Amino acid sequence: MTPRPPQADENPAGIDLPLEPLPGHSSFGRLERVLRRGEFAVTAELNPPDSANPADVYERAAVFDGWVDGINAVDASGANCHMSSVGICALLTRMGYAPIMQIACRDKNRIAIQGDVLGASAMGVGNILCLTGDGVQAGDQPGAKPVFDLDCMSLLEAIRTMRDESKFLSGRKLTTPPAVFLGAAINPFAPPFDFRPHRLAKKIAAGAQFVQSQYCYDVPMFREYMKRVRDMGLTEECFVLCGVGPLASARTARWMRSNVPGVHIPDAIIERLEGAENQKQEGKRLCIDIINEVKEIDGVSGVHMMAYRQEELVAEIVHDSGVLKGRKPWQKEPRADDIRVAERLEQILSDDTTERQQEMAKDAAN
Amino acid sequence: MAEQVQATQAALVRKAQPKSDYKPADVSPQRRVQSRYTMRLWSVRHSRGLEWFYKHFANTFLLLHPVWKTLGYGRVERPIKFVERNVKGLMFDCRMCGQCVLSSTGMSCPMNCPKQLRNGPCGGVRANGNCEVEPDMPCVWVKAWEGSRTMREGDAILNVQKSVDQSLRETSSWLRVTAQAAAQRAEAKAGQP
Repeated sequence: MTPRPPQADENPAGIDLPLEPLPGHSSFGRLERVLRRGEFAVTAELNPPDSANPADVYERAAVFDGWVDGINAVDASGANCHMSSVGICALLTRMGYAPIMQIACRDKNRIAIQGDVLGASAMGVGNILCLTGDGVQAGDQPGAKPVFDLDCMSLLEAIRTMRDESKFLSGRKLTTPPAVFLGAAINPFAPPFDFRPHRLAKKIAAGAQFVQSQYCYDVPMFREYMKRVRDMGLTEECFVLCGVGPLASARTARWMRSNVPGVHIPDAIIERLEGAENQKQEGKRLCIDIINEVKEIDGVSGVHMMAYRQEELVAEIVHDSGVLKGRKPWQKEPRADDIRVAERLEQILSDDTTERQQEMAKDAAN
Repeated sequence: MAEQVQATQAALVRKAQPKSDYKPADVSPQRRVQSRYTMRLWSVRHSRGLEWFYKHFANTFLLLHPVWKTLGYGRVERPIKFVERNVKGLMFDCRMCGQCVLSSTGMSCPMNCPKQLRNGPCGGVRANGNCEVEPDMPCVWVKAWEGSRTMREGDAILNVQKSVDQSLRETSSWLRVTAQAAAQRAEAKAGQP
């Protein structure tokens, strides 16, 4: 086995082993390490499969290998049924990925959510993103009962209490608290605009350590929001990741604007896409341009890529925008014994040598 | 992608439903039990006056604490709840959650939000300030922010609210607040000398 340069965040005793806790860190995860080191982080959203096949998840995660610091496992986004975020996280952590588990308050009450948090942390999930969730009317099951037992704020507070004070909401003790890095979502592009920075302050007070924003297509608006957030001193307490994503065409953009709640796309963007020869290419270039603009804004610690059904573009966009500055995020590597097993298998499958005990004994006897 | 996403999943589901002569209004069940917005919006516009009124009202209720105590809080609960439900129902479309936070939400009842958010607007508010779930309803939290700006202690909207205790639903918030304030007052008195 050839020696290889160690990756930035790996346990020196073996890449398959969990990382050591660092002082001041609340999780064992790599995303928190990257952000706290002050590096520009990239996270991406995994399109959850409508299937029970684990290979679907692995295939979809493989396109991000070596390009992102965290993979968001969405929890029935848009109130549409998909594989659950807990399930996706179980598969991803098994392979060593760093998932960001999303929890939407729409589907589960506080009993289920607190149980899921413990389970997820036990599997090795280091990051949890607390969301309220879209209303059930938006999805494929409009007849479902909307739960909304907690809201994103009380969810953040509940998980923070579990982590820092080792107790459930009810006050019952936990023997091992979940070590998680807590995230929340922000949407600077929806009214009431004056309240939005205060809402971020509330989320931070409730426990948010990083936030991912809704799709940003209106950079001036985002800049204005960031200015107010900076003035309130919030960027020192919280890492802000700006949500970006390529638009496939002007038609998709129009559709998203009218059908996806909370997405704001200015007319200028749609006109730019419409005027382009190849709309998909232009959408990608637009995304790169937006990344290049937002990465210069003070207080932005990373980008969150939501390339719905265009996940294969993430690597290209991250590469072309150069946000990683040559840094290589963690990449899945086979463990030392995996390599040995693979070599052995190769031998057994391709070579003619039989290795059955009886035949070997017969050969030795003759 | 563009070819596949011409309709939302919800629209497809709606289309696939069996045809019927009876078509109820396409709103959420929660909306169906609410009255019109006129009074709610009036209350938000007059949040400052209502804040002043409630302060005196709460003080009166607290003065009456011995009365409630003599009669028994349990015994007065029914009539008080009746009044509270109807008065607050008319003014704010009260949902009787039993833990009123109107003073911290600009006199706009957060339980009327389809997601029952108690800590601020979700990310789905439409550009015109209307609700994501009910396109014709002004967002409860957009109104709450407006209402809180005119209030004396409107900055209470910035406090993080605890999650709703569902076991307190259909109880009187007025009596609870009064009993708690009385207990606090008694405690302060006991601690003084």
